Order: sequence, then C-alpha cells, then structure tokens
Amino acid sequence: MSNKINIVQAVQQALYNEMTLDETVVVYGQDVGVEGGVFRATVGLQKAFGSERIFDTPLSESAIVGSAVGMAINGFKPVVEIQFMGFIYPAVNQIVSHVSRYRNRTRGERHLPMVIRAPYGGGIRALELHSESTEAMFAHIPGLKVVIPSTPYDTKGLLISAIRDPDPVLFLEPKRIYRAFRQKVPEDAYTLPIGKAKIVKEGEDITVVTWGAMVPDVQKAVSTIDDISVEIIDLRTISPMDRETIVESVQKTGRILVVHEAAKSFGAGAEIVSVVNEKAFLSLEAPPTRLTGFDTIFPLPRGEKHYLPTPERIAKKIREIAAY
Amino acid sequence: MLIEQFNPLEDKMIQVMDENGEIVNADLMPDLKSEEILELYKTMLKARTIDSAALSLQRQGRLLTYAPNLGQEAAQVGSGYALKKTDWAVSAFRELGMWLIKGWTIEKIFQYWYGSEWGSHFGEEIRLLPISVPISSQLSHAVGIAMAAKFRGESDAVIAYTGDGGTSQGEFHEALNFAAVYKTPNVFFIQNNQFAISIPSSKQTASKNLAVKALAYGMPGIKVDGNDVFAVLAVTRAALEYAIKEGPVLIEAYTFRMGAHTTSDDPSKYRTDEEVEPWKKRDPMLRLEKYLLQNDLLKEADIEHLKTSFQEEAMAAYQSIEHTSDTEIEEIFSHHYAEMTPQLEEQLADYLAFVERSQR
Repeated sequence: MSNKINIVQAVQQALYNEMTLDETVVVYGQDVGVEGGVFRATVGLQKAFGSERIFDTPLSESAIVGSAVGMAINGFKPVVEIQFMGFIYPAVNQIVSHVSRYRNRTRGERHLPMVIRAPYGGGIRALELHSESTEAMFAHIPGLKVVIPSTPYDTKGLLISAIRDPDPVLFLEPKRIYRAFRQKVPEDAYTLPIGKAKIVKEGEDITVVTWGAMVPDVQKAVSTIDDISVEIIDLRTISPMDRETIVESVQKTGRILVVHEAAKSFGAGAEIVSVVNEKAFLSLEAPPTRLTGFDTIFPLPRGEKHYLPTPERIAKKIREIAAY
Repeated sequence: MLIEQFNPLEDKMIQVMDENGEIVNADLMPDLKSEEILELYKTMLKARTIDSAALSLQRQGRLLTYAPNLGQEAAQVGSGYALKKTDWAVSAFRELGMWLIKGWTIEKIFQYWYGSEWGSHFGEEIRLLPISVPISSQLSHAVGIAMAAKFRGESDAVIAYTGDGGTSQGEFHEALNFAAVYKTPNVFFIQNNQFAISIPSSKQTASKNLAVKALAYGMPGIKVDGNDVFAVLAVTRAALEYAIKEGPVLIEAYTFRMGAHTTSDDPSKYRTDEEVEPWKKRDPMLRLEKYLLQNDLLKEADIEHLKTSFQEEAMAAYQSIEHTSDTEIEEIFSHHYAEMTPQLEEQLADYLAFVERSQR
C-alpha cells in the first residue's frame, strides 16, 4: 500500500509507524501534542498514542534536548522537535557537550538513540531567525549525524533510520518544500541508509551537489539546459558525508558545482570542494565552485529573494563552469 | 512531613548533630544501627583519605588536574547513603563520597583523573552518570532519566548534583522548571561550598539562600547543614521519598570547600585565613568522630588503623592503573558511533601508517 503525501506528512507517517512498532519511541517538544506541531508534522499522534508518549513541553530548548539525553540513557528513544532551527542555540550546549559525546565519554557503555528534528531553511517570508540553515555548524561536531531529506520518500525512510539509529541524529527538514509536492510513499515502515547520497539525475559533463530545498531549484535550473549533461547529487546526509558518490561522479564529469542555502564561507560546500581536491584533483577540468547564500545575515522577507540561489543563477553558473 | 514543613524563606537550616558531636535534634536523627553509623564514618574517612592521596599524587605529577573534596564529605556521603541501589545519581564533578557508595571504583576514579575515558566506563549496571564538565548541564539529564522511570511506573528516584555557582546557569532553571511541570522523581542537590572557583556566593545570587529558589518552581526547597552527615542523610531520605510520591525537591547543603577548586588554583588569592578558620571547627569528620567516641562506637586507635588501610587501598588502586592507562590509537576513533564512518577509518589508517613508518 502506498499513498501520495508531501514531506511534512512523511514526517508524521514515519513517527506514526515507529511509535506503532516500538513503544520506547516518544515524541515531545513545543506545541507538538495538542496542536500537532506548528507545521502539523505531529498531527493526530497524541490522539493515536496518548499524552504520555507524545507531549508538549515548556518553552525550553536546552531542557528538551537535555532530558532526551536522560530518557535515551534510561531506555527510551526520544524524538524531540525544535520548532525552528533558529531556536536550537539554547540547546547547543547539550548537543555539543553531551549528545555528541556520551558514547565516547563512556567508551561505548552509554550511547544515545535519539533524534532532534528541526525545520530549517529560508524562503518562507518569515520573521528573523526563522530562515537559517546552519547545518555546517553541527556537521563539524564529532559524534553527531546530520541528515537533510528533500523528498517525501526520502524523508520517511531517513527519519525511520534516524529513529532506529543507536546514535544521535540531527534531522533537518526543508520547510520551504514541506508542502511543495507529493510523492507515492509506502504506508509501511522502511529505511534508507544514513550516509548515502542519491544520484537524482545522471549526467556526463558536470556534477551538481546539493541538498534540502535547493534540490528542486537545481532540478528546475537543469531542466532549462539542453546542451550540457548535468549529474545531480542529493547529498541527503551532511555528516557523515558520502564522499564516494561525489568523487566517483567528479571523476566522470571533471567539473563540480555545490549549491547550498547556507552562507558560503566555512559552509558544507567548502568541505565538499576540499574532498574533491583531495581525491579527484587529476580529474578536474574546472575549478570546483560553490553557489550559496551570501556571508550575510539572512535578510528579512523584503530582501530574501536576493539571498537564496535561484534556478536562473544556478543555470548560469552551470554554463560558466561547463565553458571553463 | 520534613519536606513540606520547611520554609526556606525563614533562612534557617536543618541540623541534627552540632559541632561537638551532640545530637541537637533527636526527632530528625535517622534510624541507623551502630554498624550503619560506622559505615557512614568509614566511607567519609575513605573519601578523605583517597582525596588526600590524589592530591599528593597530583603534586608528584602522577595525576593530572584534580578537584579536591576536603570538607564536603558529609554532604556527599550523607546524600549518597540515602540512595537505594536502583536510584540514579547524576554527577557534577565533586562528589567523591557519593561515587564510592554508588560503586565507582577507586581504580576507575583514578583512571578518570589520570586522563583516560576508561575511567567513565564503570559498568552500565551502576546507576551513576559520569562527571559532567559544563556546570549544571547534567541536571536535565536527571530529569529525562526520571521521566523515563516515572513513565515505566518504577519507584526509583534520581539525585543530581550541582554547586552554588551552578544555580546561576540557565540550565539550572530549565531543568528545575521541567521537573516541576512533569512532577518527576528528582532531587536536586546543591553543594553550596560558597565558592565557584574564586567567586563567592554573594556575587552568585541575591537570593536569601539557594533553597528558596525552589519556591518559584513550585517545588519544596530545604536547606541543611552540609557538614552534618545525619542531617544530610535525613533530609535526602525524606526528599527522595517525597520525590517519588509528589515530585521534585531542591536541597541546599551548606558547606565549605576547604581546599582549592582544582589543583590549578590557589585559594589564598581570593579568600583569607580568617574566612577559612571557623570552618575547621565545623569539619564534618571531626564532629562525627566526636559522636562516635562519645558513644563508644569507635576508639582513637581505630582511626589511625582505618586511615592506614584506606591509604594502602588508594595507593594499590592507583598503582594498578598507573602506566597501564595510555589510550590505544584505535580507541580514539572507535567510540564515536556504533560503526566508524569512512572518514574516521581513513584518518585512523593514515595515522597508523605514519606511526608505523616512524617506528621502523
């Protein structure tokens, strides 16, 4: 059985499946219970599973994540929601000092099967701090996994994998495309491997690596280009990054463009370009290039259209690199 | 009863035994057999002996940075002794007496201060969390453990430690508020040793005392003489019982850090001998010894004998880990995830190849 659902429904379905299959899965955060989440990602779950297994919390990001550490130590698999990625910073002490470190600190004796979900990214005409994509900050932390899906099918499979993972996963959901399109998704639970990128479209001339809400923008850009054969890779996991897929692709195409929403300097694109330089240097026919958000604070809605790379800019950049 | 009746706004504290070893509040004296009282004493003495051994090992360069416990043994042992085996304890970093009761072995404790992660690998069955360096960040872990225990309908409580400085952290507020909202079986135990490194409590808070902070969260707060092991035990027992039935409790154990914050600091820079002097008379060991001698539970000669045997035990434990605790290269990489990532495998292989080449 399968049905056509969007990304936010895929999140809900993954949670529903896992809560049904595993009674140690609990879900909590701000407004996730009665309201079903500000983006409706947990709608109907409290009715289905009761207010003990899915509940609202005080407005307290640090305690939400910190208590999940304790619940994970004491036999549960908490899936906690941070309402917007821009509000995750009070919990950074927990994430950096404890969530990522418990397994190593105790030499494997205590590990944390927990998931932190947060909608991320811009382009939704939101208030300040509702548009950021700071995945690179977290990808830099040893001991964490950072996953970003871009389709309903991947969202469900990756979220279920994250919940079943014996280690903590930061699961970032591209809110700009939460409801952008629907896809046939199996009703039953299934998993997709964390740490594996997906080749969205095969090509011969240039590799474009991207993730999250930029994936459909890259697809749109590529659909306007007939004379260049573009390979599109959806990274899906930021950390640990699937270097193999990227390197193999660049060895074939000789050219690479990384497209991401986050600021350019020290972003995940810098890591990808470094990997390509280290592992595919002799295959390169053009400088590895990034097209990203600016090194600026994300503009408020009146200015945000200038910030995000558009399909037009992406297409132009692809042509430039192909012509190098 | 004890918990509900106490009003921290009156700014008093619970005492059972005074500085002379006299029982001044017999109603609150915990029901203890002679052997149990002796066990409390022995654990405190053991903690003090290990502590002093650790300090001298550190001065010899055989241990690294160390956080001494001198003067706080009653707070640690009294609270630790109140726990049953299935209760959880969540450490800050200065709880040696409690650790010994929970079963963190001397070897493993030394291994931690010797600079090895294996020190915090002390057995999953021991319901104790390892040292947490960022102050008060461990309190919400205690809340989560208690949420899980309550969810399963278990009758276990969770005690979590912090210090006077820890009450200024945002994490302190978030954890206590969370616990109070969910009525979790938590006891938050502040060892108010009056200094956060060099900062005195007067610069830490404008509250009358630390127990009073509980009231704003809707939980009971109780202040106890932290150098009186009987009072600490009585209050912690009552608090644990209350926590399981009703919800969280905040305990302020009023004590004094006789030594340095860690071996890296020098207390003479920020406090005078005159400040320290009165606390020598309030020493938690001294008053328990007086009690034991007055009640014929202990002879002077026993004390030296016990000290010698604890000193031997401490040194034997240290020697068993000295030189054997260097970290294997693979271990640095292999405990970050259930399975090593390709990145970690590659970095490990590169480094191992380098090491092998340079040893040839």
